[in-house]
Amino acid sequence: MYRTNFRDHLVLIIGSLMMLLPVVVAFTTSTHEAADIHMNGLTLVPGDHFAETYETVLTRQGGFTGKVTGLTMLGNSLILGLGFAIGKIVLSMLAAYAIVYFRFRAATAMFWIIFTTLLLPLEVRILPSYEVMHKLGLINTYTGLIVPLLASATGTFFFRQFFKSVPDELLEAARIDGAGPFKFFIDILVPLSRTMIAAMFIIMFVYGWNQYLWPMLMTNDEGFYTLVRGIKQILIVWVGSQIPDYNEAFAMAVLAMLPPVALVVIFQNWFIKGLTESDK
Amino acid sequence: MAKIDIDHVFKTYAGGAQAVRDVSISIRDGEFIVLVGPSGCGKSTLLRMVAGLEEISAGEVRIGGRLVNNVEPAERDIAMVFQNYALYPHMSVRQNLAYGLKNRGTPKPEIEARVAEAARMLELEPYLDRKPRALSGGQRQRVAMGRAIVRHPAAFLFDEPLSNLDAKLRVTMRGEIKRLQRRLGTTSLYVTHDQLEAMTLADRLVVLNKGEIEQIGTPLEIYHEPASTFVASFIGSPAMNLLQGRSTENGFAIGPDLWRLATGPLDDAAITIGFRPEDVTFTRDMRAGPEFLLDYVEELGAQKLVHGTVGGQAVSATATAEFQPQESMRLTVPEHRIFLFSTATGKRLRTPITPMQPAGDFSPVKA
Ligand SMILES: Nc1ncnc2c1ncn2[C@@H]1O[C@H](COP(=O)(O)OP(=O)(O)OP(=O)(O)O)[C@@H](O)[C@H]1O
Ligand SMILES: [Mg+2]
Repeated sequence: MYRTNFRDHLVLIIGSLMMLLPVVVAFTTSTHEAADIHMNGLTLVPGDHFAETYETVLTRQGGFTGKVTGLTMLGNSLILGLGFAIGKIVLSMLAAYAIVYFRFRAATAMFWIIFTTLLLPLEVRILPSYEVMHKLGLINTYTGLIVPLLASATGTFFFRQFFKSVPDELLEAARIDGAGPFKFFIDILVPLSRTMIAAMFIIMFVYGWNQYLWPMLMTNDEGFYTLVRGIKQILIVWVGSQIPDYNEAFAMAVLAMLPPVALVVIFQNWFIKGLTESDK
Repeated sequence: MAKIDIDHVFKTYAGGAQAVRDVSISIRDGEFIVLVGPSGCGKSTLLRMVAGLEEISAGEVRIGGRLVNNVEPAERDIAMVFQNYALYPHMSVRQNLAYGLKNRGTPKPEIEARVAEAARMLELEPYLDRKPRALSGGQRQRVAMGRAIVRHPAAFLFDEPLSNLDAKLRVTMRGEIKRLQRRLGTTSLYVTHDQLEAMTLADRLVVLNKGEIEQIGTPLEIYHEPASTFVASFIGSPAMNLLQGRSTENGFAIGPDLWRLATGPLDDAAITIGFRPEDVTFTRDMRAGPEFLLDYVEELGAQKLVHGTVGGQAVSATATAEFQPQESMRLTVPEHRIFLFSTATGKRLRTPITPMQPAGDFSPVKA
C-alpha cells in the first residue's frame, strides 16, 4: 500500500496556503485602521479594531442618501442569491420534467434550442433584457432584478440528464399506484433529485450573489445595493486627501464571502452523502 | 378477484414492429396464468397492455367484465411486480407499501392494518423502517410483492419478478409466490422465460412465439401434448429430441437409419420425430429402434444424461445412475410417447404410430 510521505503533505500544504492566505490577509487587514493600511500595506498580524470596523460596516448609514447600511446590502444580496437559486431550480426542474416525461411535438428541438442558449453569456442579452424590463416599468424592483435571469439552460440540462437516468419502471409503478403527473413529480422525482438540487442551489446562489453588472443596470435606487456593489462604492470615495476606507472594504469583502462559504459547508455533507449512497 | 379477457389483441409499435399478433386468452377468476416464450416474443408487451402501460393497437381487454382499453393503470384495479422491483428508493419499506393506498385516499387506520398484514405475510416486519437500498435482493422482491398485495387488487401482474435473484432464492420465492397466490386467490398473469418456473407456477401456460400464441394449456397438457416443435423444444428440460426424417414404407428414415414404426397416411413425407429424453430406453436388441452412437455422459447424481447421435442428429436421454452406456446401443421409445411434426410447418401431426413387425432377421436394418 502507498503511504503518504512528507512530500505529499508539502504539496497539499502549499496548495491550501495559496487558497487560504489571501482570505486570511483580507481578514487580518480588515481589523486595522484605514490609515495604518495606507501606510503599511497588507498585513498578516491581526489588529485590534475588529468589532469597531465590522460594526461600522454593518450599521453605518452610507451612500449619497445616507440610508444604506451594510445590513441592507447583505439583505439585498441574500434576496438576490436565494431568488436566483430557488427560482432557477424550480423553473429548470419544471422545464426538464416537461421535456423528459411529456411527449409533445418538437420536444427534442426545443431542448436543443434551450441548450444552445448555454453558449450565450448574460452580457450578450443584457441590453435587450434591460429594454424589456424598462418598458415593463420594473426598474428598481426585485422582480426586475431576478425574473429576467431565471431561465437557466444549465439547470434544465442537468435536470434533464438526471431525469433521464431515473428508471422508467419507477414512473410506471407510480402510475399503477395512482400517482398523476403532479404527484409523481412532487412525491418521487423531487425527493430523488435532492442531491442535484443541492448542487444547483450552491452554484446558482453563488451566481446570484456575485451578480454585479445586472444589478448595476437595473437599479439606481441605493436601497437595492448589494454587498458586491457596496465594496466598490467604499473605494470610490477617493476625493481630496481622504484615504479610502480600506479596512471597511476588506471587512465587507469578508462578509460578502461568508454566506456562500456557509452554504457550501452546510450542503457539502448532503453532497457527499448523495454521491456515495447510490439511490436509484 | 376478477376474470380477465384478452380478445384478439394486437400491438404494433411506432415504426411498424408488430410485437403481439391476434392474442386471445380468457383467464378465469383466481387462475394463475403464465406467459412463457423466448426473449422478444412479446410477453412483456402483452402484460403491459393489460396493465395499461402500453396502448392496445387493436382488440379488447376486459378486467372483471369491464372494458379497460382506455382506462388509466391506476383505475384498472391491478397491481404489478417489476423485474427490477421499482421500489421508491427514498421511501421506507412502510411508505413504499402505503403509497398506493395513500393516493387512493384510504383511511389511515386501514392503511396501517393492511401494511401490517402484508408485512406479516411476507415476513417483512423487521424491515419496515428501512430504505430499499438497505435490503437484500430477496427482501426487495418481497417488498415489491407486498406493494401489490396491500392494494387487494383484482389481478396481479408479474414481469419476470424472479430473474434478478440467484438460483436458490428463485426456487424459494417461486414457492412463496405460489403459496401466496393460492391463499389470496387473486387472478394472476405472470411473465417468464424460464420454462421450469412456468411449469411449476402455472394453472395454465400460454406459450408465445413471435407475438402469437403457440399453445394454451395446463403444464401437463403442454408437456404431454405439445402442439408444435416450438412448444416441444421450449417446455421440458432437458429439451425434447427432435429428429428430421422421412416417412417411408419401411418406417421412418433418419439419416441412414431406419426406425421401424408405421403410421397412418401422411400428407407430408418430410417429418420431424420428437421424443423426450426421459422416455428413452436403451437395449442391445438389434431388432429394436435405430442405432445410438454415444458422445458423452453428464452425471447429475440421481440420474445421468447420455448424449449421442442417431443418424447423425443429436439425441439426449436420461438414464439411471447405475446405467453403463455402451459406444453403440439401440434406442427404443414407447410408441405413444413419440410425437410427429410436419417439418414444413412445425405443427403436430396427430397420426397413431404402431410398431412394424421385425423382418425376421436380426441384422440391423438400413433404409
Ligand atoms: N417501445 C418499443 N418500440 C418498438 N419496439 C418495441 C418496443 N418495446 C418492445 N419492442 C419490440 O417488441 C418485441 C417484444 O418485446 P417484449 O419486450 O414484449 O419482449 P419479451 O417477450 O418481454 O422479451 P424478454 O423476455 O427479453 O423480456 C421485441 O421484438 C421488441 O424489440
Ligand atoms: Mg420482457
